[in-house]
Amino acid sequence: MAWTWFHRFGSPPHFYRIAGKLVPWCAVLAALACAGGLLGGLVLAPSDYLQGEGYRIIYVHVPAAILSMMAYALMATAAAVGLIWRMNVAYAVAASCAPVGASFTVIALVTGSLWGRPMWGTYWVWDPRLTTELLLLFLYLGYMGLRGAIEDSGRADRSSAVLAIVGVINLPIIHYSVDWWNSLHQGHTLLKFGRPSMPPSMYVPLMTMIVGFMLYFGAVLLVRARGELLRRERTARWLLDVVGEA
Amino acid sequence: MLEWLSMGGNARFVWPSYAFTLLVLWLNIRWARQAARANRNEAKRRLAMQRSEP
Repeated sequence: MAWTWFHRFGSPPHFYRIAGKLVPWCAVLAALACAGGLLGGLVLAPSDYLQGEGYRIIYVHVPAAILSMMAYALMATAAAVGLIWRMNVAYAVAASCAPVGASFTVIALVTGSLWGRPMWGTYWVWDPRLTTELLLLFLYLGYMGLRGAIEDSGRADRSSAVLAIVGVINLPIIHYSVDWWNSLHQGHTLLKFGRPSMPPSMYVPLMTMIVGFMLYFGAVLLVRARGELLRRERTARWLLDVVGEA
Repeated sequence: MLEWLSMGGNARFVWPSYAFTLLVLWLNIRWARQAARANRNEAKRRLAMQRSEP
């Protein structure tokens, strides 16, 4: 009984309809959260005592970095579900996560680089955090490349799923790299035991931006997954009902 | 206002970060919608072909 929702969600027509209803909600809430986060982060939050106004890059850099890892974790989970239960919806979700996750990784790398220049005096160093984040981008590109290189979609799904699952090992390495090695990158700010090392006036806009980025990710992911399902279920009868709508 | 825009002398790093992020987020939406539209049109075309077959 408890698994009924899981199996229902695995049904392509059900997923397609639910996703279609969720997209506008996610999009509107994402826009509101990002607007609030930007107002708080760019206007209301005070300057940092050490970094001055330059620290305000944090309001796009940290949400993008968190989402780059969350998207990968979701992609690997969906790929594993696809491998275990042979669920077409799960493979569609995994395939849809990759381009969005890769774009978040690019944002994290570029904004981090722009933040590094005034703070560290350089755009790039082969620091453990930066290097492992770059590796994450290569994992996304490898996943997409592998999917695109194999013509048979079943084989492409399975092979890329294995790559996605193996690549999960990189996520804890990214997270703990600042603890395990000497790093120019600052330590944990949000996920510290006890309390975050930021005052609420800086912390609240940051959390709002993170929520906004998550909702944005949800909206784009669902749009992509719906399109991906249409491509995969090309001969299914339920398409007759849905492609006529809207 | 000008003081705020100058970001304490870090404007050339702060604003390009936001501009780049906005650009990538916008491109993501655009590409996702394009892909979804293309797949929908393809599905429509395929279904129309199926219907026209005897």
